[in-house]
Amino acid sequence: MEAAVFILSLVDCCALIFLSVYFIITLSDLECDYINARACCSKLNKWIVPELIGQALATVLMLVSMHWFVFLLNLPVASWNVYRFLKVPMGNMGVFDPTEIHNRGQLKTHMKEAMIKLGFHLLCFFIYLYSMILALIND
Amino acid sequence: MLCGVVTFLCYLWFAPVVTFHNGCLPGARHTPTPGHSAAVPNSFDHVETGGRAMILTVSFKTLFAAAPPPPQPGSVGRQIGQSYPSLPPGYQGMAPPTNSGPVHPPAQPYGQPPQPYQQVEQLSPSLATLSLQSQTPSALRVVNLLQERNLLPTNAITAPTPCLPQDLQKINCNPDVFRCTLTSIPQTQSLLNKAKLPLGLLLHPFKDLSQLPVVTSSTIVRCRSCRTYINPFVSFLDQRRWKCNLCYRVNDVPEEFMYNPVSRSYGEPHKRPEVQNATIEFIAPSEYMLRPPQPAAYLFVLDVSHNAVQTGYIDVVCQLLLENLNSLPGDTRTKIGFITFDSTVHFYNLQEGLSQPQMLIVSDIEDIFLPTPDSLLINLNESKELVQDLLKSLPQMFSKTMETHSALGPALQAAFKLLSPTGGRISVFQSQLPTVGVGALKSREDPNQRASTKDIQHLSPATDFYKKLALDCSGQQVAVDLFLLSSQYCDLASLGGISRYSAGSIYYYPSYHNQHNPSQTERFQKDLKRYLTRKIGFEAVMRIRCTKGLSIHTFHGNFFVRSTDLLSLPNVNPDAGFAVQMSIEENLVDMQVVSFQAALLYTSSKGERRIRVHTMCLPVVNSLSDIFAGADVQAITGLLASMAVDRSVTASLSDARDAMTNAVIDSMASYRTSVLTIQQPGLLVPSCLRLFPLYILALLKQKAFRTGTSTRLDDRVFAMCQLKSQPLSHLLLMIHPVLYRVDDLNDEGALNINDRTIPQPKILQLSVEKLSREGAFLMDTGSVMYLWVGRNCSLNFLMQVLGVPNYSALPQSMVRLPELDTAESARTRTLIGWLREQRPFYPILHIIRDESPLKAEFMQNMIEDRTESALSYYEFLLHLQQQISK
Repeated sequence: MEAAVFILSLVDCCALIFLSVYFIITLSDLECDYINARACCSKLNKWIVPELIGQALATVLMLVSMHWFVFLLNLPVASWNVYRFLKVPMGNMGVFDPTEIHNRGQLKTHMKEAMIKLGFHLLCFFIYLYSMILALIND
Repeated sequence: MLCGVVTFLCYLWFAPVVTFHNGCLPGARHTPTPGHSAAVPNSFDHVETGGRAMILTVSFKTLFAAAPPPPQPGSVGRQIGQSYPSLPPGYQGMAPPTNSGPVHPPAQPYGQPPQPYQQVEQLSPSLATLSLQSQTPSALRVVNLLQERNLLPTNAITAPTPCLPQDLQKINCNPDVFRCTLTSIPQTQSLLNKAKLPLGLLLHPFKDLSQLPVVTSSTIVRCRSCRTYINPFVSFLDQRRWKCNLCYRVNDVPEEFMYNPVSRSYGEPHKRPEVQNATIEFIAPSEYMLRPPQPAAYLFVLDVSHNAVQTGYIDVVCQLLLENLNSLPGDTRTKIGFITFDSTVHFYNLQEGLSQPQMLIVSDIEDIFLPTPDSLLINLNESKELVQDLLKSLPQMFSKTMETHSALGPALQAAFKLLSPTGGRISVFQSQLPTVGVGALKSREDPNQRASTKDIQHLSPATDFYKKLALDCSGQQVAVDLFLLSSQYCDLASLGGISRYSAGSIYYYPSYHNQHNPSQTERFQKDLKRYLTRKIGFEAVMRIRCTKGLSIHTFHGNFFVRSTDLLSLPNVNPDAGFAVQMSIEENLVDMQVVSFQAALLYTSSKGERRIRVHTMCLPVVNSLSDIFAGADVQAITGLLASMAVDRSVTASLSDARDAMTNAVIDSMASYRTSVLTIQQPGLLVPSCLRLFPLYILALLKQKAFRTGTSTRLDDRVFAMCQLKSQPLSHLLLMIHPVLYRVDDLNDEGALNINDRTIPQPKILQLSVEKLSREGAFLMDTGSVMYLWVGRNCSLNFLMQVLGVPNYSALPQSMVRLPELDTAESARTRTLIGWLREQRPFYPILHIIRDESPLKAEFMQNMIEDRTESALSYYEFLLHLQQQISK
């Protein structure tokens, strides 16, 4: 059971890592003028909800399997995702808005955020991997 | 307090430090990006390849007529002989201990070794003469605002002159077109942060210019690496090589460029018009086109619901269109089309050969389609008679309509579909809140909150429909101009998006009615005439480049930022202004000057692809006192206004108000602690910033940002749109109106233009104490002028100018000066006429007396006075002093 939870989290985490990398690549493409703001934002906005669900899934899994430490580690990121999703103004086209992404250093903020998330997911990846191996051995 | 200050500054001026280098794209940031990348696929090779025969014609008339910008009256040239020792690197952040503000004559201009070549002398002039036009020392004269009153100059304020060598300044870009908030650029970001002044550019790139050199050439010389156009501030290393002033790459001079068409001589590349003019227009060869230049295409979308018909605007639009049909900018390919809408959308088939226009009604507004796609947008010349027929019959067609709904969203979608194959301009006339179909809006304004001192809600859009559609339009080179004629709330905050992101313009005529509001009608007519006949550029893009080390991080204006420095402007008009904020990413050590270049690529209404290039050069300084000495208070105010609009939309109005106040407090505190050596009591500012508190107070009392005074939400949002999209000269009148006394006009100091003598009365401070019952005063707020006549005004003025026997005979509302055959009348009318000529749009004149209902509006502009909800100027100064000494 324990092992199954961590295997699932591991898969989830891999998906989130890929997503973070995808965010970073797309944003840096925009930074280098390889794609335009409109294309970049519509690409990224599509993945906001999957990311939110993925992160929430990991958090919930940890909660139901009562791994408090990992749960508390995941909770702030999950809440940030939800908060970011909810605070989008009505007139904007999503978390990434093509008309604003070049203003007030938003591009760099988004990039920083994606980098931090990548680091976080990598950390989680190793925690899950370790816990999974531990659980498999214990079984 | 401090916290608020810090957050504002961080938000606005700090560029986040993290830069990411994509592993799979090494050095991608330095990859040369082609100029106007979208429009110039693979243009590198073409543009740079030499050896082709070059056809170069320069319009000599304009070229020779292009006089250098007139010398700024306020600046006194001063020769400085001694060199100012530059501080060792470790001390560069520190302010020098004096406030005398000497300038640093560039020991080695452009940081390049002197070349033993003849031409160098001409091109890096300061080498030969270490002469330097210094900032007037008066810019740093310390002013105690609490003691010195009457600081407002009595004549118009001119832009400060950058302290550049005189020969560079002579060819520098006109400040009306290109202006920087700091005419001396700080060397490092930390120095800029210390000065607490915003760094940014204000542009008016498509301004109507009386003289503009135009160059036709098959090869446009540009830097191979950063794609900068060759400009007066590049340096020629020798006859065959030039060094880019933005990225410092050494480029070859193409063979064709060696020939100078003006002097018809060979081997003088530095005398070519491109290198002699900071503002120049190129006629672009085919490499600058993605598709054949589009024809001029105009689509008019008219609201014909009951409400709109009642206002009677349709008559005016049709009448003006009929009159100006031949003066619409365009050529034989010009296209025109019409759509009207209420709860359904009506199209007009104007196919050549029809006996009369055919109206097609589409009532399926959920899924709008074009009934006959080919015959709705037609060639104006071929179907001119049908168009005229339609314009004559249109006002009567809907006179009995009872339909009150408005399907603006579907009509816009239809208009977009119709224009998307060609691109062009959509002019939308709307008179009420859209109620049906996509993009329907609900009234969000609570009239009881108009005068609230609490935060104002609903400054941001209610839906993303208009923004999305605007971006679609922008992608297809379609711009949407919005004319809002309404007495009720229309949710301009949401509707405005359609113009804001498609580079359109917004016009707003509150309480418009043909009969009930004749002055508004007159203004609408004049504005519309200007709108229809003014110059227009289609499928335009603008790129703003700056010297390596500087970077642009925020843009203000109506456009869509397609990539980091490329603004997509489906239409560009001569009345649009832009602003950008900049940060210093790399230290500008070793540089004496930096340059900025704005290049606007557009298709003229005659189907020519043209590039208008403006280049500005500014000195780099490394002391705080020099930064303060070069501060341009008007530009700073303009930029802060744009920043504050953004702030009130993203955060809140009170945040924006605080941020503006903090901007003054911070810069003054910084001046006090870092530049002033002797600490005296009082509110001390450098002379060049003496109007800063006044302008900020004016902004706080401006319609856009005021609180506590009843302001309709649409009025407020419109003022905000204006602040972001107007060129600086118009903006300043909006912020700080000008007051003249006009009952004693005389020819003293008058201007003489084309045999007309234009009296130049003194500019008065905006305070009731300057008014007197014995006088008549003219207030110019940009879009409206008020002529206030005092109760005891001299009979002479009443009779000779206003044509009434006494004060009580003066009507309550009067919008026109009678044309009397007296010297006084002529003078007053010339003055008003001259003021009107200064701006593209027609300000209406209201002649008001004490009991007039408009007197309240006149008095609201008295910004130095105290009102129930706002501080007087003196109180504001005391507040500032209190905050600074905290």
